[in-house]
Amino acid sequence: MAERSFAEEVKSLRLGAGETFHGEGILAVTKALLQSGVAYVGGYQGSPISHLMDVLADAQALLGELGVHFEASASEASAAAMLAASVNYPLRGAVTWKSTVGTNVASDALANLASGGVTGGALVIVGEDYGEGSSIMQERSHAFAMKSQIWLLDPRPNLPSIVEAVEKGFELSEASNTPVMLELRVRACHLYGSFPAKDNQPPPLAIRHAMENPVRDVSRIVLPPASFVHEQEKVTKRLPAAIDFIKTHRLNEFLGGSTGEVGIIVQGGLYNGLIRALELLGLSDSFGRTEVPIYCLNVTYPLIEDEIRGFCADKKAVLIVEEGQPDFLEQALNTILRRADLQAKVVGKDVLPMAGEYTAQVLQTGVRAFLADHAPRLVEKATPIVVLPSGPPPTEVRALAETLPPRPPGFCTGCPERPIFTAMKLVERRIGAYHVSCDIGCHLFSILPPFNIGATTMGYGLGAAGAAAFNAKASKRTVAVMGDGGFWHNGLTSGVGNAVFNNSDNVLIVVDNAYTAATGGQDILSSRGENPTKSTRHAITEAIRGMGVKWVRRIERTYDLKRMTDTLYEAMTTPASGPKVIVASSECMLNKQRRVRPQFQASVRAGRRMVRERFGVDAETCTGDHSCIRLSGCPSLTIRPNPDPLRLDPVAYVDNSCVGCGLCGEISHAAVLCPSFWKAELIFNPSGWDRFVNELRRGVIGWLQRGAERRRLARAF
Amino acid sequence: MSAGKPVTRPLTIAISALGGQGGAVLSDWIVRAAEASGYIAQATSVPGVAQRTGTTIYYLELFPAPGLRASNTAPVLNLMPAPGDVDVVMASELMEAGRAILRGFVTPDRTTLVASTHRVFGITEKSAMGDGTADPERVMHAAQSRARRLCAFDMEAAARGAGGAINAVMFGALAASGALPLGRQAFEQAIRDAGVATDASLRAFDAGFQAAGRIPIPQDDEATPIRATTEAGRRLSARLGANFPVVLHETLRFGCAKLMDYQDEAYAGLYLDRLADVMRLEAQLGDPRCSYLMTAEVARYLALWMAYEDAIRVADLKTRAARFETMRQEIRAEPGQIVQVSEFMHPRLQEVCEILPAGLGRAILGSKALSGLIGRFFGKGRRVRTTSVGAFLMLSMLASLRPTRRGTLRYGAEQARIEAWLKAVRETAPADYDLAVEVAACARLIKGYGDTHERGLRNFEALMARRQMLQGRPAGAAVMANLIKAALADEEGRALAKALDELDAPHTLAAE
Repeated sequence: MAERSFAEEVKSLRLGAGETFHGEGILAVTKALLQSGVAYVGGYQGSPISHLMDVLADAQALLGELGVHFEASASEASAAAMLAASVNYPLRGAVTWKSTVGTNVASDALANLASGGVTGGALVIVGEDYGEGSSIMQERSHAFAMKSQIWLLDPRPNLPSIVEAVEKGFELSEASNTPVMLELRVRACHLYGSFPAKDNQPPPLAIRHAMENPVRDVSRIVLPPASFVHEQEKVTKRLPAAIDFIKTHRLNEFLGGSTGEVGIIVQGGLYNGLIRALELLGLSDSFGRTEVPIYCLNVTYPLIEDEIRGFCADKKAVLIVEEGQPDFLEQALNTILRRADLQAKVVGKDVLPMAGEYTAQVLQTGVRAFLADHAPRLVEKATPIVVLPSGPPPTEVRALAETLPPRPPGFCTGCPERPIFTAMKLVERRIGAYHVSCDIGCHLFSILPPFNIGATTMGYGLGAAGAAAFNAKASKRTVAVMGDGGFWHNGLTSGVGNAVFNNSDNVLIVVDNAYTAATGGQDILSSRGENPTKSTRHAITEAIRGMGVKWVRRIERTYDLKRMTDTLYEAMTTPASGPKVIVASSECMLNKQRRVRPQFQASVRAGRRMVRERFGVDAETCTGDHSCIRLSGCPSLTIRPNPDPLRLDPVAYVDNSCVGCGLCGEISHAAVLCPSFWKAELIFNPSGWDRFVNELRRGVIGWLQRGAERRRLARAF
Repeated sequence: MSAGKPVTRPLTIAISALGGQGGAVLSDWIVRAAEASGYIAQATSVPGVAQRTGTTIYYLELFPAPGLRASNTAPVLNLMPAPGDVDVVMASELMEAGRAILRGFVTPDRTTLVASTHRVFGITEKSAMGDGTADPERVMHAAQSRARRLCAFDMEAAARGAGGAINAVMFGALAASGALPLGRQAFEQAIRDAGVATDASLRAFDAGFQAAGRIPIPQDDEATPIRATTEAGRRLSARLGANFPVVLHETLRFGCAKLMDYQDEAYAGLYLDRLADVMRLEAQLGDPRCSYLMTAEVARYLALWMAYEDAIRVADLKTRAARFETMRQEIRAEPGQIVQVSEFMHPRLQEVCEILPAGLGRAILGSKALSGLIGRFFGKGRRVRTTSVGAFLMLSMLASLRPTRRGTLRYGAEQARIEAWLKAVRETAPADYDLAVEVAACARLIKGYGDTHERGLRNFEALMARRQMLQGRPAGAAVMANLIKAALADEEGRALAKALDELDAPHTLAAE
């Protein structure tokens, strides 16, 4: 089960002609796939495209009716390889992932696919995780499109344009026998808007039919001599076919003014930002009506040379608005104009930044600089709506820069991964610092405060591989961390298999929380829950033993900090040779709460005796050192003003988001911290015995307390 | 575009919400309210990795649509806020409001700022070894100067009061702010249409709407003044009133009250005796600032030090009736609901011996055989169920050892350390008054239990050892203040070690 149910969204996938779809961008893509007669869909979840996967996972009934096969792929490589079905058969297929990280993983299959070419439309939907809120290295998917010759769509960020890009993308793919990549930025994926729906189309050719009537064409397989032919085909056949299709169907748009000395060429995805920049400069209205000619690239690869030549022919200067680096489009533009001997000056990364997101302010500044240089007349007659501030911001604003605390991502309240890193810190106290190779996933938050653990991360599932070089006789072992998601994605072979084969002596901790938690809590092979359409409950420990690891320990409950610490200590010090793997298991608390909370409330309503645990800190005994917070980092463990007027430091405090995981108590035990932590058990629907014992206790304790209170008041100030 | 013609432009709204505060639902409500009132609404968000404990930024544009559908034109709406072009900024937490201001989204000509003034502390604020919290005044100051209209109050408290969530309070405050040209009806209907916790949300909406209309009452954070309630209290009160300057009275009363609660009247008397020495010295020195700064520092830390936390004290605090009441409130127990409480204790042999008569304690700690034998019973973490009769009796008995405290091993050790510290303050003052104030403040480092206490004490002693070296040096006090800061910078003691190394190095760069 994913983090949330998508039952409502699934309903909107059933909309037909005459109805209006309301929803976010990535769901519009999902709907567009069904409207396009897609036969199969695969992918690997990750922001910002997780919802596409989650909704389809919840839409099994609809997919069954239409005859669409949906697969939650084991990795992006698996997903990309799935497109092989479109090589020999007129089956439309779509796959999706987070890019560029997912495209990195998929690129072997993508390159093979693009070399042989496709018969059925093959669409790769990449969520471009770039700019604000991104969690990955800042790179461009554009490079992958160019190197493998995959056409790249970058539609204007509104739902009708995005939906059209999906539909036309399949046609373009089929017309040019080339896979097509649809690039959507984070904000476009989460964009709420509407578009007129069409009826869903069952795939014209059923997958079953293809299986029963196999087709084979050796010329489509990447092996010499065909591979050499493929390269020629790419430039002599597929590229011209694509250019022809793009021109004929006017996938790129000529917007704004039709004449003028200057013009702007823009990636489709940045069009709205460009219009807003012009509007704020007083050069456009809110509908994009502007004197400035704009050539909008809804297809950013390939470039259509005639269109560019035509656009630039009468211009003194053109601005290319291209986000990210390298500046592939600007370079290509210069080449095209040079070849055609056109003298329009190409302006781009000289007025706009080479690197970084093109925010509203960046665009406004860059566009203004371009126009001031090359069309001063336009700028002079315009009345800007917003004048960009000149000079430094006011003092009281600048003062905020040093005041505002950072808010790095961290583990959720009650997260079962936290005790693993607490244990690592405690072991560090015993044996000194050791090298830690990290992985991708929630557990990577360990590199941030308060844990500050981990030296590198080399990619998803590559935590253990990242420690491979540290394979020498040394007085300290290296520890690698890997999540269950990364483990099944590739870590089992790249990390565990690699360590076994190369006789590594290092320690690997597999964080097993039963979901790919960081991407939205999707199921994986080792998920403990029943999944109606997937095969789960495959134990990680068995896979590891099957790989040949002899020293395997499983921690059933990561909150058992003593056991966690002792096991890690043993792994670090045991004379046993070969890789040592600890599988630290406890269910993701976010998912657990989603599952358990309604059950708890239902039980309370039904009158069953239930106990809720909660933790707290005595403000009177807490001295405000916050050691507990440094070893935990739980969001529910926070601070509040010290009730003692003599003490200056705030005291620790457990707020009401506490889920009673018990780690704070364990930490104060294991680290011999302080006696301030307490655990409360709230009893709902108490039994008669509960009541009897409680009365008895209250009687005795109350009597003792009253006596003590009398004596205290007598000696009080 | 021709000048003078009224131009229709989108209304722009940026929302900054922390994970779990319902920012997505709030964004959805605004979209619904706007769409139902004939607007074209676009919304987007940037969660990224912030989905766990960070901030999610939502951005909405609302465009008045009458006649648009017929003309088949659609406005081009943007996906991110532009500085200077934001009509409404909503922030679910004070520092996030500050961040929006810092990013230039709040401008005096345009922006209505709807912000909750409560704090959700960041990890660096929480994990500091002392007080690492950010200054809220700076944000409030910037908000007042930058927003066209400011609607700021504790929306978290309002939500709690109404039994709803903060997003609905924010929605209510937005409605009341008048920043959107929609009636209250439209807002409430949006909540009903969305169907997410409708009743609670409507209640919280109303709370937000009402609160936004009122001028928020500034909270009084001053500690309530303390009055003597017993004969002994009045005696001490009279004594400190007669012998100490007025600026110190409040602190001394708190100190006396604490020490009477901790031990007895005589102990509080000892506190005043000790302070009297310091105060007299300060008066003789002519107290350059007439503020009795040194005595005030000593008064604060001396009270805390003398009320050091031993097992007797902890047991006393843990068994009080008032504590049980506070706990019930904190965990929101229903009236009459049965609550059981367990403590996480980890008495070590050291701490047990500390509350034994000094001779006995020393004998056990000095003997390997005895330590080993008795130590076997301690050193392991224990969960003590305070609400059970047996455990409560045990804790009560421990607490009742209070009268014997003066004979315990720990008492002797602490009093000796206190005297040494007071002596250090007194010795330093005539030569370097500012340094003496810092020497007094060094006592701040000693706090906590077990390892934490030992680390604090170690750092304290390291600083005390540099006292004489700093005496008479220009800016010696500033160096000491920096050492205190370094000692509180990190748990591993890296910053302090570095600072001490620099100090101890025979040739410093500054000397060249």
